[in-house]
Amino acid sequence: MSTWILRIWLGLVLLFVFMPIIFSVVFSFNSDRFPTIPLGHFTLHWYQTIWADPDVWTAARNSVIVSLSTCVLATMLGFCTAYTDYRYNFRLKGAYLALILLPPTIPLIILALAMLAWLSKIGASGQLWSIIIAHTVLTAPFAMAIIRLRLNQIDQDLEAAGWNLGASEWVALRAVVLPFCRPAIVSALCLTAAISFDEFAVAWYVGGLNKTIPVLILEIVQGNIDPQVNSIGSFVFLTSMTLVVLAQLLVFNRVMWRSA
Amino acid sequence: MTALVKIDAVEKRFGDFVAVRCMNLSIDQGEFVAIMGPSGCGKTTTLRILAGLEQPTSGKILIGGRVMNDVSAHQRDTPMVWQSLALFPFLNVRENVEFGLKMRRVAVQERSRRAIDWLERMEIADLAGRMVDTLSGGQRQRVALARALVTEPQLLLLDEPLSALDAHLVIRMQGVLNRLQRELGITFIYVTHSQSEAFAMADRVVIMNNGGIAQVGSPRDIYRTPANRFVAEFVGRNNILTGNATVGGIDTAVGLVKTTHSVTTGSAVTLVIAADQIAISRKPAPGAVETKLISEEFVGSVVTLFLEAGDGTEFKVQLQERALAELDIHSGGSFHLTWPDNIAHILPISPS
Repeated sequence: MSTWILRIWLGLVLLFVFMPIIFSVVFSFNSDRFPTIPLGHFTLHWYQTIWADPDVWTAARNSVIVSLSTCVLATMLGFCTAYTDYRYNFRLKGAYLALILLPPTIPLIILALAMLAWLSKIGASGQLWSIIIAHTVLTAPFAMAIIRLRLNQIDQDLEAAGWNLGASEWVALRAVVLPFCRPAIVSALCLTAAISFDEFAVAWYVGGLNKTIPVLILEIVQGNIDPQVNSIGSFVFLTSMTLVVLAQLLVFNRVMWRSA
Repeated sequence: MTALVKIDAVEKRFGDFVAVRCMNLSIDQGEFVAIMGPSGCGKTTTLRILAGLEQPTSGKILIGGRVMNDVSAHQRDTPMVWQSLALFPFLNVRENVEFGLKMRRVAVQERSRRAIDWLERMEIADLAGRMVDTLSGGQRQRVALARALVTEPQLLLLDEPLSALDAHLVIRMQGVLNRLQRELGITFIYVTHSQSEAFAMADRVVIMNNGGIAQVGSPRDIYRTPANRFVAEFVGRNNILTGNATVGGIDTAVGLVKTTHSVTTGSAVTLVIAADQIAISRKPAPGAVETKLISEEFVGSVVTLFLEAGDGTEFKVQLQERALAELDIHSGGSFHLTWPDNIAHILPISPS
């Protein structure tokens, strides 16, 4: 009985959380210009509109470039820091770790302003790669956290076993540590890509005229009420959700994570 | 016989802690040496120094006549069987075994052939395609052995490889290890805290304590003639008595222990009587020590009785389980202990 109550409660919570998104998806297929109930008739008009809009295509291209580059850079950085933490002990290691995990705790708007100030000072603002730099800073801690979790499970002797069998430190890193971390690395790639793909504030500040999808959405909404936003939003949601679910599956998949 | 491994005045410190102190040991080609000692005695550190995973603070390591101090771990041919086994969970059985060959750039077909060869030798060829985490403890043990031996080294290091196995599997794997070592004629250096493993397999046993060597010798030497009190106690099942040398024997708290060893009269002496050398009887006999039973311990068919004499001296007596019936141990009363003359081993007086 109590488990049923719990399930209903959980269902209500999830409904509350996802209602706006569900509505956005529903209205993206609605013929009426204004989001009102009762609904008009089913239409693909808004999807056709965005399909035909070159601005949307540019923004989508920008978003893909930024999130792909970001996820690769952030995961590389994340792996390096996690491995440093796993492999070495040094003075002020606690401070080192705190510093690495800091960026996500800074309010986005502050981080965005600081990024803009700094990047423009060194002449690196207003470019697509400015967003990549900023997003890498923002997302690397997540990659680091996921990979560190995996490295915590490694058998202390595993890497040494690689050396013992003739692998130099570099070869062992490639042939032992990386394969061991593979699920976490893929998971980190997905998660950092998703964060970057969704991120608005930083992208808007440092990107100059280069619009990513979230920035474009804001611009459309600022001008007028346009149900295009719903269809773009549905796409963004689908992409991010897929990446996050993929990341979750990899993190919690027992089979992939089973260690000796 | 030539010395394959030479440990020359090796010392290893971790900060203030001395893990290995001034160690000298020479190990022959084809020898099976067990290094034994309590945890923290430096036995695993010694093995890791040999594998190049730790650098000695001072002293030299020679393998095959070559000084190895500056040779990094991956360039030494000193494969190790790890206590945790350290099999690669992301590779299947055959790929695990192939790892060492792959690192030596052996061609794909050749390494696959040699890996399968070794899997057959370890009688696990049918598991070649399995992931290691689907195997039983004994099977994983065999994979670990095959992985270490596939490169056909002259020297195999084993770090408590059997400690995670069930008792019956340990005995079986001991057989496998002994057979392999004889067939291959290579040197095994086997670190363990288990006396039964060390004594069952090794040609020579090294007992370590506090980072130093307490005794080196054949299992029999160590068992019958321990070099010092530490070894006598560590090997276990020894009765250790102290007393003063007098004419014809040692005067101890439980009476005169006869010995023909020449000991300076009047000097303090520690002597050892193995638990299986003591005869126990219900009937009093001249010179017998009268004791009361405190507890007993069964290990298979061997029983150890723990007894106490009137003055508090404790005795351990080992006997076969079937000899127990006539003693009727649970009916209380006293037991009389005797031992043959001259059976007591006198420990050399050491400065420590």
